[in-house]
Amino acid sequence: MKMKLGTMAVAAVMAASPVMADLVFPSLSYRTGPYAAGGIPFADGYADYFTLLNERDGGIGGVEARVLECETGYNTEKGVECYESTKGQGALVYQPLSTGITYQLIPKATADDIPIHSMGYGRTSAANGEVFSHVFNYPANYWNGASGAINYLMSQGDIAGKKIALVYHNSAYGKEPIRTLEELSAKHGFELSLIAVDHPGQEQKSQWLQIRRERPDNVIMYGWGVMNQVAVQEAANIRYPMENFIGIWWSGSENDVLPAGDAADGYKALTFHGVGSDFPVFDDIKTHVVDKGLAAGAGDQIGTVLYNRGLYAAMLAAEAAKTAQAIHGTADITPGMMRDGMEALEITEEKMAGLGLPGFGPSFNVSCENHGGPGLIGMTQWDASAGTWSLISDFSATDMDVIQPLIDADSAAYADENGIEVGCK
Amino acid sequence: MFYREAGDFSTTYPQDSQTFPIRFDRYRYYLVLLVAIVVMPFVMNDYLVNSIFLPFLIYAIAAIGLNILTGYCGQVSLGTGGFMAVGAYACYKLMTAFPDVNIFFHVILAGGITALVGTAFGLPSLRIKGFYLAVATLAAQFFLVWLFNKVSWFYNYSASGQINAPERTVFGIEVTGPNTEAWATYLFCLVFTIGSAVIARNLTRGSMGRQWMAIRDMDIAAEIIGVNPLKAKLTAFAVSSFFVGISGALFFAVYLGAVEVGEVFGIQKSFIVLFMIIIGGLGSIFGSFAGAAFLVVLPVILKLVGVDLLGWPTDIVAHFNLVIVGGLIIVFLIAEPHGIAQLWRVAKEKLRLWPFPH
Repeated sequence: MKMKLGTMAVAAVMAASPVMADLVFPSLSYRTGPYAAGGIPFADGYADYFTLLNERDGGIGGVEARVLECETGYNTEKGVECYESTKGQGALVYQPLSTGITYQLIPKATADDIPIHSMGYGRTSAANGEVFSHVFNYPANYWNGASGAINYLMSQGDIAGKKIALVYHNSAYGKEPIRTLEELSAKHGFELSLIAVDHPGQEQKSQWLQIRRERPDNVIMYGWGVMNQVAVQEAANIRYPMENFIGIWWSGSENDVLPAGDAADGYKALTFHGVGSDFPVFDDIKTHVVDKGLAAGAGDQIGTVLYNRGLYAAMLAAEAAKTAQAIHGTADITPGMMRDGMEALEITEEKMAGLGLPGFGPSFNVSCENHGGPGLIGMTQWDASAGTWSLISDFSATDMDVIQPLIDADSAAYADENGIEVGCK
Repeated sequence: MFYREAGDFSTTYPQDSQTFPIRFDRYRYYLVLLVAIVVMPFVMNDYLVNSIFLPFLIYAIAAIGLNILTGYCGQVSLGTGGFMAVGAYACYKLMTAFPDVNIFFHVILAGGITALVGTAFGLPSLRIKGFYLAVATLAAQFFLVWLFNKVSWFYNYSASGQINAPERTVFGIEVTGPNTEAWATYLFCLVFTIGSAVIARNLTRGSMGRQWMAIRDMDIAAEIIGVNPLKAKLTAFAVSSFFVGISGALFFAVYLGAVEVGEVFGIQKSFIVLFMIIIGGLGSIFGSFAGAAFLVVLPVILKLVGVDLLGWPTDIVAHFNLVIVGGLIIVFLIAEPHGIAQLWRVAKEKLRLWPFPH
């Protein structure tokens, strides 16, 4: 009993600490565990962008932004603990960077009137804002990714009769694209085989043996963490042609290809934002963040794919906060106002250029009916000798004729199960 | 001075055989119950309940279950996570198939289903012992997780393979789903925890518990004096799995609300419950509680002190947590193999003589 009283006392002290007038952006990061290689650069990018805003612009609309970091280790239980411990401090928007934690938080955050932004992950059908009022997954989702990969392959030649294998993380995340790919395979007449890899994916010998035997024309991978590196290495071991191997955006960072060395040359990955550090905003980050010694983490991730994604997520959150401030006419916004800001978010080319990120991502509008954005997908390719990712296609539209009915069906099922009134408020 | 039996007279047999024969101990127990049932619900908030109390109560049930099997009957099991998954999925299937039946009965039925599954996986224990049995239960762990991932009937064919707890009420008050009140979920789990502890305590000090302990201490001798090893081992597996199943059902339905089997009920879960009973004390109901409290509260305290108070980077604190828990397990195995429960027993002995140690 003694222990319980002690924790109660500590918690009471925590609850009693004063609410500071700043905009709180919790970062449910993971810098430990088998997924840390992906978690660290994203968390660094997310934190650095808000540091930049504080240092350069004095915050967002004159109010300082505060990033509240909480370690989840990609673990659902710790994610829930992090959510509960940070929501009381005025958290404006949650970006858990984990599909499992996102599923967990969707009902909780909706009940607590706090928005979630699961950018390029989470529950895909959350794109239907009439059902998922507090969940946003703009600018692209998993099903866009699946369709984008197939579109890319079709642009390279006829796909009918070809064999495509999906290597996926055997979890809610990895299973997301299966239904879309099945629909697409029926529509375009390619043969789909499904190959699951269990968490954490350090051992994939049998899966790649199967690929070696079946000789699929293309392999699409939905992996994360250590699973990516192992898969790229195994593909190299069986001499699978790298240019036929396509990863989703979570399987396309430097961490995933560097361990395989030159053998990874030509590996492709989807993306929904720009790559490299050739944008003006990186000069500002250097002056205002790195040179002042304020960079998050070890500060060695700047310009990597996942750092850029964290930066992009922070930029979209900051723009949504600005939109919310404009709508409600107050600088000190609440999570509920933040939700309105996210739903009214408009990203234009001029806005992006003004932020020092010209052409970094698509321009789009969020609306109540569409929380999912335009779903424009580009393709990147790894150059092992130069050690860089480069964009090899334009950001192009995906097959919404296939995806939209799936979104409608899945969100309707969710609304039905949970008794949600469908419609815009 | 405390815990003295002086002046404490039993005049009837029931008085003599009660769980807490010493009056002081008994009143302390009533006080703890009173605080837990009457006072705590009023101080509950979302943070306390979701970070500390729900995991503590639910892990305590799982630890009691594993303690019956490992601590009392001596059968090492690494399948706890798998059996918790059986409880969770059984509860989910029952909740969605019979929405009109009260969730309370679903949780108990989920425990019953897990007991059946546990008994089936307990059959090899009649032939194999020790490490080999641990490996057999490890197989159960991996098989069950694989099964729930593979067969989509278990998750009602949802696209993501996740199971989500629909909203259910007890006496018109929501205990599952997103709109629950902190005190309601707390009380719901508390009822199960107290019930499990009372049942387990009374089973282990009755004839069944004595049979289990006889098997644990020396199975051949036990067989010679007339203990049926088939019955003893299988009942231990059944009772243990029943509690583990209940904890799995609560873990899914009340605590998390959405579960992905590989992530939540993986091998980690089996190990953490095993660590709980090792640190808490093998063969002790109090030890199950102490171990659960220790492993649930320690990371939270470390986080509060390290991140919020000292402002250390979150990853350093997370790594420290692993180091400290690992170190403590080694310390306990060397210095106090009987765990926190033994420390508590020693403390009671000391308190009895205090302040005159002779």
